Amino acid sequence: MRNKQIELLVGVFIVFGFAGLAYLAIQVSGLAFADKQDSYQVVARFDDIGGLTPRAKVAVAGVTIGSVESITFDKELYMALVTMNIDQDIDNLPIDSTASILTSGLLGEKYIGLSIGAEDTFLASGDEVYDTQSALVLENLISQFLFNSTTGDGE
Amino acid sequence: MKRISKLGGSVFDWLEAVGRAGLLLSQSVFHLPRSIAGALSLLGKQIYSVGYLSLIIVVVSGLFIGMVLSLQGYSILVKFGSEQSVGQLVALTLLRELGPVVTALLFAGRACSALTAEIGLMKATEQLSSLEMMGVDPYRRIIAPRFIAGLICLPILSVIFSAVGIIGGEFVAVDWLGIHDGSFWSLMQQSVVFGNDVVNGIIKSFCFAIAVTWIAVYQGYECTPTSEGIGKATTTTVVLGSLSVLALDFILTAAMFGDF
Repeated sequence: MRNKQIELLVGVFIVFGFAGLAYLAIQVSGLAFADKQDSYQVVARFDDIGGLTPRAKVAVAGVTIGSVESITFDKELYMALVTMNIDQDIDNLPIDSTASILTSGLLGEKYIGLSIGAEDTFLASGDEVYDTQSALVLENLISQFLFNSTTGDGE
Repeated sequence: MKRISKLGGSVFDWLEAVGRAGLLLSQSVFHLPRSIAGALSLLGKQIYSVGYLSLIIVVVSGLFIGMVLSLQGYSILVKFGSEQSVGQLVALTLLRELGPVVTALLFAGRACSALTAEIGLMKATEQLSSLEMMGVDPYRRIIAPRFIAGLICLPILSVIFSAVGIIGGEFVAVDWLGIHDGSFWSLMQQSVVFGNDVVNGIIKSFCFAIAVTWIAVYQGYECTPTSEGIGKATTTTVVLGSLSVLALDFILTAAMFGDF
């Protein structure tokens, strides 16, 4: 009888452990096992990704429709090659859409915003978004502003 | 001259102690049990006393540490207007550092001290020698189930600690301080990588488990068989165990997250 009770409590303990692990996997790290199947991949090349990270969101009109899968360096063109996963449901993105790297809030995280184009053909798996806009780098902005203001004074 | 020989002698003593600890580990763990069912039943009893009985203290302290982290993080982050990322802060701190380390410290105090005292008392009352007289190997019968139970229980306990801590943090941040729960979870999910943060935390706590349980069984087995000796061995277990956890934590963190 006593032995059975111990076995039961050890079972409870181990089940608790696995429940905790499942919680950490699904709720905390957002692992979704069926995610990969119902999305397609699109690539884009940027001059400067300015702090974009993998798993950042991809949004149209502010609504998340996918995430950044990977960021690699394109050796031939000296540009950043960003691979995005986009939900399968969103299959009507025009091929001339623009991808730009935006910031949510003043100091928030970077994400990719897609502006919709006008073509009738749609992006499919493996396509490239050619029209891209790099991240705003604060230092460049400031130096541009300083340069403009000094030349303005000279005139 | 005498001092130098004393110094050399203490180095040799230390090396012998390390050697005995290694032999203890290899003789108890790297032997196959005679019967699987008997070994499992011994192991089950130890998992009960080492793991299940530590559950309460781990759950309660995890809950409070998560709540405190959330409150402190909020009070600092609100100055920068980024109080939504408090979930990210709580989850990463718990998974990478506090979960494994605090659980190992609690485990050293709660379970390992008991292990040392138990084995030490067995030695003092000559139960270990009687086992040997009966032809039962005390390494296999006494040391091995306790050591393996520690290795199994500490990672499970630290996973439970982190999960409960995050629930406590969510309770404070979302229900009490009024952070929007969508941004709380989404920022957390964006920053936590399962293969990196969760798995590394489990690897860490497994390493801590080896260190503290090894120290506990060694101290119990090697203690002076008197009441004073048992008390001293128990203290040494907690002190050495805690220090080795903290030192190991620095090394493991540098190896896992230090590649900037």
